[in-house]
Amino acid sequence: MGSQPRRVCVTLESRLESMDLGEEIARCVAGTAAFDEDEQHRISMAVRECVINAFKHGNCSDVRKKIEVDFTLLADRLVVAVRDEGKGFSLNQLPDPLADERLLATSGRGIFLMRCFMDDLRVVSGPDGGTVVTMTKRLPSNHKPTAAAETTKERQP
Amino acid sequence: MSLKISKRDVGGVTVLDLNGRLTLGDASAQLRETLRGLATQGGPKIILNMGQVVYIDSSGLGELVSGFTTVKNQGGQLKLANLTQKVTDLLTITKLYTVFEIHNDEGAAVQSFS
Ligand SMILES: Nc1ncnc2c1ncn2[C@@H]1O[C@H](COP(=O)(O)OP(=O)(O)OP(=O)(O)O)[C@@H](O)[C@H]1O
Ligand SMILES: [Mg+2]
Repeated sequence: MGSQPRRVCVTLESRLESMDLGEEIARCVAGTAAFDEDEQHRISMAVRECVINAFKHGNCSDVRKKIEVDFTLLADRLVVAVRDEGKGFSLNQLPDPLADERLLATSGRGIFLMRCFMDDLRVVSGPDGGTVVTMTKRLPSNHKPTAAAETTKERQP
Repeated sequence: MSLKISKRDVGGVTVLDLNGRLTLGDASAQLRETLRGLATQGGPKIILNMGQVVYIDSSGLGELVSGFTTVKNQGGQLKLANLTQKVTDLLTITKLYTVFEIHNDEGAAVQSFS
């Protein structure tokens, strides 16, 4: 593997079938990056949840609006950015799905799962609309990082 | 269809064999309809046989919780059996393991109703 980052960018339509597609592509990319089957599953789930949110909450199921999913494979980590055309949101205001009073809630677990399955998650809402959710996952430890590659931490609780 | 649901009766207990993916869309809707239908019959005893469920997303989890509540509100019980390791992990990290009554196999789940 060279030191050049490798990228895969896909544009998905805001429709239900795109959710499976995003998930499947994520699984392939994770496989290419030498993640084992369990980690491929987790990464595919995180991306699926993120794309569903872009579809439902960001683009409000409007088929005219697109979802861009951008995978970048760096020397030491996989970075996935999911962009929608919505109004954005803040991670600070989200209720904790593990709180006793939320356990029987029928929604509100997607971002929690993304955070469990990935090492880092950030949300940036653009000034003229559009939200980008960026998730990072360190490559498996048996995968030799290059000396120049800096490590990202900031694992959220 | 991403999820197949088949219904069996085992000594007065309804066993639903779920096969496939319990995810956003048709699958979630299908499970909801099935459980609502059973709930209206009053005090249903239901086991979801999860052995062939290969994937659950947050929407599927929401549907399980919703089904649990619907059945309970009608005086019935919904229990889970035969979870794969992936589904067990998912229910553990979301603390839903503490919400559902979970059995290793169908036999034990059926027994638990008597
Ligand atoms: N791309 C997005 N654009 C706008 N709001 C978003 C976006 N992603 C998430 N949100 C907001 O964050 C909330 C929490 O998202 P999360 O995925 O955790 O739960 P949910 O989508 O409501 O339910 P679930 O994922 O369990 O089906 C959403 O309800 C929504 O208000
Ligand atoms: Mg969600």
